[in-house]
Amino acid sequence: MATTVGESTHTVQVTATVNGQERSAQVETRLLLAHFLRQTLGLTGTHIGCDTTSCGACTVLVDGVPTKSCTMFAVQAAGREITTVEGLAAGAQLHAIQEGFHEEHGLQCGFCTPGMMLTSVAFLAENPSPTDEEIRWALSGNVCRCTGYQNIVKAVQHAAAKLAEGSE
Amino acid sequence: MYPASFEYLAPKTLDDAIAQLDAHGDDGKVLAGGQSLIPLMKLRFAAPAVLIDINGVADLNDSITTADGGVTIGARVRHKDCERSEHLKGRYAMLGRAAPQISDPIVRNHGTVCGSLAHADPQGDWASVMLAAGAEVTIRGPGGATRTSSIDDLMTGPFMTTLEPNELITEVRIPDPGPRASGAYLKLERKIGDFATVGVAVQVSLSNGSVGRAGIALTGVGPTNMRARAAEEALAGRAPDDDAIREAARLAAEAAEPRDDVRGTAEFKRSVVRVYTERGLRQAVSEAQSGQEG
Repeated sequence: MATTVGESTHTVQVTATVNGQERSAQVETRLLLAHFLRQTLGLTGTHIGCDTTSCGACTVLVDGVPTKSCTMFAVQAAGREITTVEGLAAGAQLHAIQEGFHEEHGLQCGFCTPGMMLTSVAFLAENPSPTDEEIRWALSGNVCRCTGYQNIVKAVQHAAAKLAEGSE
Repeated sequence: MYPASFEYLAPKTLDDAIAQLDAHGDDGKVLAGGQSLIPLMKLRFAAPAVLIDINGVADLNDSITTADGGVTIGARVRHKDCERSEHLKGRYAMLGRAAPQISDPIVRNHGTVCGSLAHADPQGDWASVMLAAGAEVTIRGPGGATRTSSIDDLMTGPFMTTLEPNELITEVRIPDPGPRASGAYLKLERKIGDFATVGVAVQVSLSNGSVGRAGIALTGVGPTNMRARAAEEALAGRAPDDDAIREAARLAAEAAEPRDDVRGTAEFKRSVVRVYTERGLRQAVSEAQSGQEG
């Protein structure tokens, strides 16, 4: 016997600027931003970890603000600017934060890394020369279960130094 | 996890938002920061048929202001805004100190103060802070009707308030505690992002060397955030010396209704209430006595 899903579905047209490009799709209102990015747009660099607003792996920037994309509906992102990990590098040129994670061994499995990097990018924009303690505080919503935080903090410091160089 | 399907509305004015709430009654739900509601929808503990997103409502305040002998926090103010606000220092330091202890930095970018009060999670931090501060909320209903409510009256049980389905909290107002006042929020949590194992909010106003008003409220140790009234009354009118502070801490621990759970035993939590109340009072009294002005 076929199962009937008794829910009516509501859809909406969502247009947002994702990594500098305007993207548009007809989606269900209940679609989470994380699924919009991964499934609708194919940007699988945004990882879904806990799916319960606890781990920060799915963090993206919405109008520059770190946001758990599992805890926002795609429809809420309409008309806004989204930055995912795919938007960090300029062609073959790594973003300073990516270079930091690469140089300082800031990742082992890499699952938490996109969220770590996007939170860090927004943080460094506010605080360009942070202490280690400030970095730890800023990243306290992003959980890493394998690399350990030492090298992640070093990676963010690397990026801070690199960005300071660039702005001189 | 996928929430149940819903109709999404994004009103631009407060009147429209209220009208939409009024039209949908129990089927409608306000979406502000979404940091509690969306997880609940994903778990299908909540399945509103209509979601009314107030983030684009221009006439809902998104700022913290000092006026009229108090501080006002609008409906679209995020926890993050409170962390850095110049208005939430000095005699209002309890609020500024509580903000960075809520959840984690990413959640604080979105979650709202008024949303936390409307959600009425007994483990929410803001309600204790607002109880200790003697704050009141402004509530808007259909036809421009406005009413105010103390936080005590607002909360009727876990996740339950006196808010009608067609009402919205537009702001929370914290009365001026006077020039010689300070406060603190002490929170025990297993890790950042966890709910409070125990939270204690204390606010003290001094007048001629004795306690004019004391506000003490507890998180995570009862069916709702609760005021420790006996402890508050024990302090009022007294010199805030060691004996008075210890007595208040004992009464606060007595007022707590903790339960054994994964975060600790009832006995442990009761003990933390006593220690944190004492610690918070000492800090607040000392700051109030030195008349630190923010």
